[in-house]
Amino acid sequence: MNDNIILEVKNLNTRFDTPDGEVAAANEISFTLKKGESLGVVGESGSGKTQIFMALMGLLAKNGKTTGEAIFKGQNILGLPVTELNKVRGVSLSMIFQDPMTSLNPYLKVSRQMTEVLIEHQGMSQKEALEKSIEMLELVGIPEARKRVHMYPHEFSGGMRQRVMIAIALLCEPNLLIADEPTTALDVTIQAQILDLLHDLKDKLGMSIVMITHDLGVIASMCDHVMVMYGGRVVETGSVQALFSDAKHPYTRGLLQSMPRIDGDHNEDLYAIPGQPPNLQALPQGCAFQPRCQYATDLCQQERPPTTEFDAGRTASCHQLSSAFHTSSPVKKNPVHVVEGVL
Amino acid sequence: MSVNVKVPILTVDNLKVHFPVDTGTFFTKNKTLKAVDGVSFQLHEGETLSVVGESGCGKSTLGRAVLQLLHNTDGQVVWMGQSITGHSVKEMRPLRKQMQIIFQDPLASLDPRMTIGEIIAEPLVTHHPELAGKAVRYRVREMMDIVGLLPRMINRYPHEFSGGQCQRIGIARAMILQPRVIVCDEPVSALDVSIQAQIINLLGELQQKFGLSLLFISHDLSIVRHISHRVMVLYLGNVMEIADKDDLYNSPKHPYTQALISAVPAPDPAVRKKRVVLKGDLPSPIDPPSGCVFRTRCLYADEQCSQKKPDLVDCSTSGLNRRHQVACYKIETIDD
Repeated sequence: MNDNIILEVKNLNTRFDTPDGEVAAANEISFTLKKGESLGVVGESGSGKTQIFMALMGLLAKNGKTTGEAIFKGQNILGLPVTELNKVRGVSLSMIFQDPMTSLNPYLKVSRQMTEVLIEHQGMSQKEALEKSIEMLELVGIPEARKRVHMYPHEFSGGMRQRVMIAIALLCEPNLLIADEPTTALDVTIQAQILDLLHDLKDKLGMSIVMITHDLGVIASMCDHVMVMYGGRVVETGSVQALFSDAKHPYTRGLLQSMPRIDGDHNEDLYAIPGQPPNLQALPQGCAFQPRCQYATDLCQQERPPTTEFDAGRTASCHQLSSAFHTSSPVKKNPVHVVEGVL
Repeated sequence: MSVNVKVPILTVDNLKVHFPVDTGTFFTKNKTLKAVDGVSFQLHEGETLSVVGESGCGKSTLGRAVLQLLHNTDGQVVWMGQSITGHSVKEMRPLRKQMQIIFQDPLASLDPRMTIGEIIAEPLVTHHPELAGKAVRYRVREMMDIVGLLPRMINRYPHEFSGGQCQRIGIARAMILQPRVIVCDEPVSALDVSIQAQIINLLGELQQKFGLSLLFISHDLSIVRHISHRVMVLYLGNVMEIADKDDLYNSPKHPYTQALISAVPAPDPAVRKKRVVLKGDLPSPIDPPSGCVFRTRCLYADEQCSQKKPDLVDCSTSGLNRRHQVACYKIETIDD
């Protein structure tokens, strides 16, 4: 095995048992991540992007189960018992969440929430752990860290709380940081601060980052590779340059065109993908994107598309890859009237 | 789209909204939170004026005060030549037909126990009690069709719809009285990217069809660039800069506007630009900095900035009767 590969996920499937039957949140997910690289995972709400990584962290809801393999530093971490898993997560594998207020414990001082990690995982004394915590808060740019470490989460602003979350995740200097929409709840000026911080830390500590987001701007400015998810499946992967300059899947193209751009053309209507994101409980037959796709044919409605590999790490799953739309320029104009899908 | 510059449909002059804040002790004087502190603008017919700023800058408060859903502490709101400042609920009612609002959270702003037919019809029934049930339902179906909802869904409940569809219901409810102004308070920020585009296009379409004026409140500068004619940048309840869209985005004058625009990551890996990253957080509006409220995070601030609040001054380089106004002492020294 290549030493450079830090995480290799093979054929991961995540299912939830619900009163309305089984829901397949993530299907046949496979990818690899190298040391020091950052991977962006894009998709709309309900595309299964978060569940893949919740499964890796052993944080799925009680009715969820996972199959497949996830080799992290040579060890399969899927299905490990909690005691074994605790030796990995929080130590060499960390995660930060979208909402910093709900993921910090409001009853405990920041100092307690930080030193706890070090005492548990690295056997430090209280005093050493506190020093290390203060050092980490300084690293993520919290002013007066020595004073503020003794405060409660509500005494910090949103951006500061997110920094505290990042500091906690980085305490044990993980090899892989999973960031689930880390800046979605923040203002743009604070988002810029946090993205710069993650970028610096990635270089400084040589860690790999998985960035889960729906914001293509964040992906473009942060990531080396991108994985696009739709309806619980990966529809396209590639390097960030390839994906943004030459998107192969109609969904990726639609997504790129439907983003209002601060630097682009502003007098035309935005391209809007018609219809709604699919409900995972009632996925359409064949390709999940087919009801919203303007290139869909009978084949798309019957069979799930195969995954075509163009290059190492450059894939797309679509029946129409060879058809006309790839040579013609993408459609700009909207369908005249968007009538929403059947309910 | 032509904008009629002559007739301002809405004029806001030196609007202030202050809230008393209980400091919790008997002996100290209660403080005031200055959510909006002296904002002036005009909204013309068929125009979209966007209000941008970070959370806590007072943009939603401004939207509500303009509609007199909140009473302002000082200043004037003038609706087509007539002051509506301090109007009672009863006095406002006839005017409400012409001014409506769309909220951020599409599902929370719809009553879960009403069918969407009832929700959309409610303003119509309130303001036109003389209309027969059949006529009301006809109008509701017509409006549902205009906003892209299937009229046969008229008897369904809000929970049966997705976020984007709920926002369409909210828009139909606001549109049914054919208002002249709609305040849109972050109408797309809770929606997925592909749905956002649908709703923005819908608002644009409705504006063209009915000659609506929109006061569009948002924190997303890319969307604002797409939808607006003019943009107003708000910081701690104060206007930092107001200008035509292209002037503002192509040559922002105020250091805050410059930082805001540069902070937006472009969806293009080829332009990993160097960002102007502001230090620190928004100060508390209970204790705003003296002088220019932005000076604590400003790269160019000096002694002068802490003395007196800068006035909005005209700095148009082009344009005939549109103005590009900036509140900053340092515009001469800052390059674009």
